[in-house]
Amino acid sequence: MIAELFLSGIIVWLVGAMASLAVWRQPTTARRVGCGAAFVGSLLVLAGSSAAIFSGSSPAINLPFGNPVFCWTIRMDPLSAYFSVTLAALAGAVSLYSFGYLRPMEGRRNLGAFGFFFNLLLLSLAMVFCASNAFFFLVAWEVMALMSYCLISFEHEKAETRNAGMLFLILSHAGTGLLLIGFLLLGSASGSLDFSSFHLLASQMTPIRQGTVFLLFLFGFGVKAGVVPVHIWLPKAHPVAPSNVSALMSGIVIKSGIYGMARVFFDFYGPPPLWMGTLLLGLGVTSALLGVLYALMEHDLKRLLAWHSIENIGIILMGFGAALMFRSLGYANLAALALIAALYHTFNHAIFKGLLFLGAGAVVQATHTRNMEKMGGLIRQMPMTALCFLVGAVAISGLPPLNGFVSEWLTYQALLAGFGTTHSLTRLMFPIAGSLLALTAALAAACFVKAFAIPFLALPRSEEAADAREVSLPMRAGMAVLVLGCVALGLGATWFVRVFDPITQQALGVRASSALVMAHGWALSPGTAHGGTISTAGIALFFLLAGAAFALPLALRWRRRSVSGPAWDCGLPGLTADNEYTATAFSKPLRMIFSALYRPRREIQAEYEVSPYYPSAIHFESEIEHPIEKHLYDPLRQWIMAVANRMKGIQAGSINLYLAYIFITLILLLLFGVRA
Amino acid sequence: MENAAQLFLLLALAPLVTGVIRTLKARLQTRRGPGILQPYCDLGKLFRKGMVVPETSSWIFAATPWVVFFSTVLAGLMIPMVAAEAPLGLFGGVLAVIYLLGLGRFFLALSGMDSGSSFGGLGSSREMTISALAEPAMMLAIFTVAIGAGSTGLTEIAGAAIGQHWRFLAPAQMFAFAALALVLIAETGRIPVDNPATHLELTMIHEAMILEYSGPYLALLEWAASIKQLVLMTLLINCFWPFGLQPTWFGFAAVEGIGWLLAKLLLLSCAIVVLETVNAKMRLFRVPELLAVAFTLGSLALVSTFLF
Repeated sequence: MIAELFLSGIIVWLVGAMASLAVWRQPTTARRVGCGAAFVGSLLVLAGSSAAIFSGSSPAINLPFGNPVFCWTIRMDPLSAYFSVTLAALAGAVSLYSFGYLRPMEGRRNLGAFGFFFNLLLLSLAMVFCASNAFFFLVAWEVMALMSYCLISFEHEKAETRNAGMLFLILSHAGTGLLLIGFLLLGSASGSLDFSSFHLLASQMTPIRQGTVFLLFLFGFGVKAGVVPVHIWLPKAHPVAPSNVSALMSGIVIKSGIYGMARVFFDFYGPPPLWMGTLLLGLGVTSALLGVLYALMEHDLKRLLAWHSIENIGIILMGFGAALMFRSLGYANLAALALIAALYHTFNHAIFKGLLFLGAGAVVQATHTRNMEKMGGLIRQMPMTALCFLVGAVAISGLPPLNGFVSEWLTYQALLAGFGTTHSLTRLMFPIAGSLLALTAALAAACFVKAFAIPFLALPRSEEAADAREVSLPMRAGMAVLVLGCVALGLGATWFVRVFDPITQQALGVRASSALVMAHGWALSPGTAHGGTISTAGIALFFLLAGAAFALPLALRWRRRSVSGPAWDCGLPGLTADNEYTATAFSKPLRMIFSALYRPRREIQAEYEVSPYYPSAIHFESEIEHPIEKHLYDPLRQWIMAVANRMKGIQAGSINLYLAYIFITLILLLLFGVRA
Repeated sequence: MENAAQLFLLLALAPLVTGVIRTLKARLQTRRGPGILQPYCDLGKLFRKGMVVPETSSWIFAATPWVVFFSTVLAGLMIPMVAAEAPLGLFGGVLAVIYLLGLGRFFLALSGMDSGSSFGGLGSSREMTISALAEPAMMLAIFTVAIGAGSTGLTEIAGAAIGQHWRFLAPAQMFAFAALALVLIAETGRIPVDNPATHLELTMIHEAMILEYSGPYLALLEWAASIKQLVLMTLLINCFWPFGLQPTWFGFAAVEGIGWLLAKLLLLSCAIVVLETVNAKMRLFRVPELLAVAFTLGSLALVSTFLF
């Protein structure tokens, strides 16, 4: 029954993809078919995979067209089901949103093709999460990468878009190459490509091979997840994609990398050597900090959100790293806590980042720009979008009582508990990682003050912003669903942690939720004795009661005594948008404080006629540096170009020569085969 | 019952602490200064007045005073003040307190940007920057304390400290105390980080954000600011000097506990006053250095937890 529900969702996606392509000549029909199928399929998959989680079973399906070597096995174990739920929850909201979002594109773009790519992307993601065979997994992985590429490059008339898509494709394939080697190494050790034969296998290999496989998977999956230093495609590709695609990319496509890591590190590995967890924790801290620091400097609303995805992936990796370290040190309960924190944050990030990208999409559609400096005052024209974006901003900043707070709190608790697990100097890593997580969260809050205040508050900074209109009903509905998700995952934390029981049971042999839930389901604790509690529901209840009892009646009374007047304009003739603080100005203190990292460069040219004190025009240019791109990728690119230049010589363009190459290769392979 | 008592204490005591600090500071600078009850009069006056709401602002402007006030009060109910048991300790420990104050700050910064006046943006930008830089130092200090107690719950932290009265002399505790004290100065906007008494555009931070507020909303924000100061001061003194924390709120114990609390608050206020008087306000871009010192102290605290 569960498997059938899931499978029917998959089939709806497949049929939707084909059908929307078939009717591409009628844009309205294509849009309705594409989005409708995506929506219905998401509901079915959501139902199927949540049923799988709650029943605790792991249904397996063998697709009929396999052969003994390359099986197409789908197995929904708890981890797969959890990621499928994440996918389906987000995809449902995004498809709803797409009904409205794609409408203005009718007639201008091929919506049939869009529906095709969109549904196939969802399909391939579900297959990535549920494939139980390395071969099948890699096929799904590649389809996912290709569909992502097609969707990123959907507005391909801009060079920026094409370049970003190409960069994504190149890095994605480099990552897949690493995965391929990793799976082959595992496969040669087990003699099969089935995931069940890989269970705990990696830990039985020699330490060097174990480490190699770990690094291969870490960076192979890390590319998709956007882990620093293999993140560079992410801030380029996410902003140029259509916003509903950006929401999916940031919400769930990058989570395929997280899924892969969870699968490999907690299923294929037994207790790993300590350095693996340490490395992961270190990478997590680096990604989180660099992600948020670059987000702060960004004035492109969507690129800002993309940098925050890197930050949040970092937070997730911190949880994973801590979990691996606890596993090596033999603390299964703590490992479960850290794993829960990471997986909880994965779900949360899918929901609030999806919400924020949908909100950004609404803003971009209304103002026709991604530049925050040209927005402003949108809270009046787009009240509903503003409210939704605000909820997302509070959630991603980790503020109570929403969902981001819960998972960050769990991460803190895991890191804090780590201090007692060892007596070596390694223990210092935990609190320091915790304090840097605090810095990250506080900087994220600063960044989202900017990301909400500049576009939505004060006066409009351009005519487009002044003329913006609220977006259509389906778009608002899509965002509202995710707002509900943020609230439910925050307030219902004690209910939600039960979901992790089968996952931790499978990965670590521990069921943690009963230790985490306290006070009849009102409070969450880290599961250690007297570890401290939080009650998001209690906090929310306090705000509600206090608001209803005091704020409402008093605000209504005070309203009679209030008058409206101009804001203080320093004695100038009236406040205009030119007086407002800009996004650049807002982040200026941090740009100066972290100038060693940013190496900011700025250029000011003033044109004047009479005296330099009365300029007629000022030209201001400001730029920051990306050290990883400059010192790692630029030399790498030059090296690749140089090697390619050298190799040009053997590409003479003559058929005979190429035939000779093929012949020589064949001989070499035969010799190799004979020797083996 | 404990909730109501602590709520009353929070609301009633907060303006007094502000008043005492102001008066002591004035006396130390050989000024007469206002009476210690002046903050109550100010609040009373503001609550009776009408208010001007900027035309350019949105509902964020009206919602912020309430969010800030409620989140600060809720944070105040999560800390142990008189009894070792925090009344709403179940709702969250020290992390929740910090994050609730963060929620208030988030909205305050939004409201600063809401009117479109450049002062508000200036204040918001500075406030968010400084609080972000203060965060890691604060966390390190708090982790040191929490690791010692094995919990982030404030009831447990206070409980762990109660048994050992001279524990605050341990190097780790002293470093953590110093780090947290520096953070407290930054978070409550006191000299040398911010000057609560100034309206000079070059230096103000908190005052710049609330520049557009008037009447009852301003009263709420001022009140919340003094409650926040009280909360952070109480947090500091009760985590490190748990002298006189009572087992219950009932009977004579409450009187004794309140007496101890007042005495400790007075001591800390005196320290703040001396610090404010002998220091000049720092340039904004020197503040990160101060917070780096706090971070170093926090790291030292952490290292010394297992060296000593």
